[in-house]
Amino acid sequence: MVVLGIVLAIILAIANKKLFVYEDPRIDQVDEMLPQAQCGACGVPGCRPFAEAVVNRVKPPSACTVNTPEGNQDIASFMGIDMGETEKVVARLACAGGTHVAYTRAKYQGLQSCQAAAAVSGGGKGCNWGCLGLADCADVCDFDAIFMDEYGLPIVIEDKCTACNDCIVICPKDLFSLQPVSHKLFVACKSLDEGDIAEAECEVACTACEKCVVDAPEGLIEIKNNLAVIDFKKYDEITVDRLPIERCPTGAIVWIDSQLGTTRSSVGKAARQSTRTESLPQA
Amino acid sequence: MNLLNLFGKKTFPRGIHPEGFKEETHDHQARRLPFPAQIILPLSQNIGKPAIPIVHMGQHVRRGELIARADGFMSVPLHASVSGTIKKIDLVPSARGDKEQAIIIQTSLSSTQTHHHGDYQDFEKMSPQALVQAVQDTGMVGLGGASFPTHVKMKIPDDCTIDTIIINGCECEPFLTTDHRIMLEQISFMLRGIRIAMKAVDAPRAIIGVEDNKLNVLEAIRPHLPADDSITIEAVVTKYPQGAEKMLVYSLLGKEIPSGKLPSSIGVAIFNVATLAAIGELLPQRQGLIERIITITGDNLNKPGNYMVPLGTPLSHILKHAEFTGNEAELILGGPMMGMPASFLDTPVKKGTGAVLVLDKRATKRDDVLPCIKCSQCLQVCPINLNPSELGMLATKRKYDVMEEQYHLNDCFECGCCSYVCPSNIPLVQHFRIAKTLNRERHRMEVA
Repeated sequence: MVVLGIVLAIILAIANKKLFVYEDPRIDQVDEMLPQAQCGACGVPGCRPFAEAVVNRVKPPSACTVNTPEGNQDIASFMGIDMGETEKVVARLACAGGTHVAYTRAKYQGLQSCQAAAAVSGGGKGCNWGCLGLADCADVCDFDAIFMDEYGLPIVIEDKCTACNDCIVICPKDLFSLQPVSHKLFVACKSLDEGDIAEAECEVACTACEKCVVDAPEGLIEIKNNLAVIDFKKYDEITVDRLPIERCPTGAIVWIDSQLGTTRSSVGKAARQSTRTESLPQA
Repeated sequence: MNLLNLFGKKTFPRGIHPEGFKEETHDHQARRLPFPAQIILPLSQNIGKPAIPIVHMGQHVRRGELIARADGFMSVPLHASVSGTIKKIDLVPSARGDKEQAIIIQTSLSSTQTHHHGDYQDFEKMSPQALVQAVQDTGMVGLGGASFPTHVKMKIPDDCTIDTIIINGCECEPFLTTDHRIMLEQISFMLRGIRIAMKAVDAPRAIIGVEDNKLNVLEAIRPHLPADDSITIEAVVTKYPQGAEKMLVYSLLGKEIPSGKLPSSIGVAIFNVATLAAIGELLPQRQGLIERIITITGDNLNKPGNYMVPLGTPLSHILKHAEFTGNEAELILGGPMMGMPASFLDTPVKKGTGAVLVLDKRATKRDDVLPCIKCSQCLQVCPINLNPSELGMLATKRKYDVMEEQYHLNDCFECGCCSYVCPSNIPLVQHFRIAKTLNRERHRMEVA
């Protein structure tokens, strides 16, 4: 028994020397400085892989969106590198149809979850593409960055949002997308219905009237399947202004500013909506 | 072996006994409704690929004429269910919730609505391959509700031989009486359909399985059965979900269909009575499936009953003629246990729609969901031996991969027994449906 123990000890000792993998001790130290949210928002699958990426100079410290800027600066100073610049990316909801502007044709009674409602006859909302308002995204958000407003629409708190992708995966209607905060122009609608039908179901639906297409710099906005789509590859922060939203008859295209909040056109029906506070009656 | 089977009663272990509610409609002969002014025919009425339209806007079509062809083998063609003009081919809301392509036909008011048919064909002289093709040409899908293309079921894999076909006349869901009426009114069509199916799959015998709450069916059918005992009829215990494929095979033959396998792997093919009755009627005339019997029943209806309606009839038309008097109702397409709720009054009757159930809001009122108390009632009723309690707790933690890999989620056929008995009102089946949907999405993303 003693002999067997000695033999195995020798094998282990040799294996320890032969199979030793050198690991940069800084990886552990950087890992300790990270917030340990394991959210994957930086593009690698967790905090330790991110620490490796920072030490290997693959990612700048600022790619961690959960950490505070000071925390990221500490990592940068520790590594003796530049913090780097990563633009803040946030989740945005492509729907503005709360209960005050979107019609509901049937009442949904079952399990209070969007995923469940979507499987039961689409959840009863008039618009087939719109937000169901049962808060799966707010439930799944680990950072408390989403809350539901009085009209059953999720509101993303931009400061808290880390762009971790969870709400995008859970939404059965695929309404969330990640957008850099500099992209201020945004179409808050996904309805592919024709103009009249879309507007009958929701007052803030995109009716594909093409006014924004004309007002925007050429080629920026395009109508695809009865919906205005912004080509963010052509988006230039300097030349794009608020003009495209001004003539929108329903207010489906919006201007999102981190400080000033969301603004939409004040013509047509949009003016009435801004004063309405009650929910619409159910069909 | 189940204890009841020793006494000559055929059944399967576990399951539930919900109240039947069939008295209201089971004596109502199937009647016709007036034709609706407009027909909505979704292109996807079957599991598999949707049909491809071959008509254009403004074209005049005759009742029974082909308007969309099958897209490959896992698809069935679609026929016009009224004579009229094609109004448009457009997106319409489906019962599932999303929008789908549909052909909308404006009914000709002056038309006699005669059923268009082809030349007579004698199925006795046809080969099995020709029969499978002929069944596909009728546009037939499983009329019991699953909408699986019937010709695909009849195409038996080369390494299997079928020794028995089972004809499912259980109709175990409460409220439904369409199959009951078909077995009383269309006996000759049904027996011809059975012989066609036996020939197509080359099976020597057929068993009709009927729940013992429909004993008048046994009396009515027995005199018509052939003397050589190739077709027999047997009563099974009235119990839910007796009409599920796996349960009925176990009750009648004592065999289990292995997990993830088709019935053909144990030499059995199963068809619904309505499906075979329709094949028996349509195939010899080369006609297409354009109408079906549905049960309309529930609360606040002056004229509940069984009605023969053209496919594509909107729910509002049916409710009007059944004289619905209430204001609010929960509309369910199919039975109360496995049916789909409809949220739109223009939802059309599809090939798989067996019933329209109109329930009072009070009848469907839900109590608050309470935590699982681990009473194990769901385990005692699950007909396929799953652990719904554990699955439900995993679902609330969103551990969908564990549900699939360790707790056999994919064997669940969503019969709803667990939700029915749960004293804490946990909507277990809804949790399982979400889990299955998300798992499917995950697998698709892994492949891509």
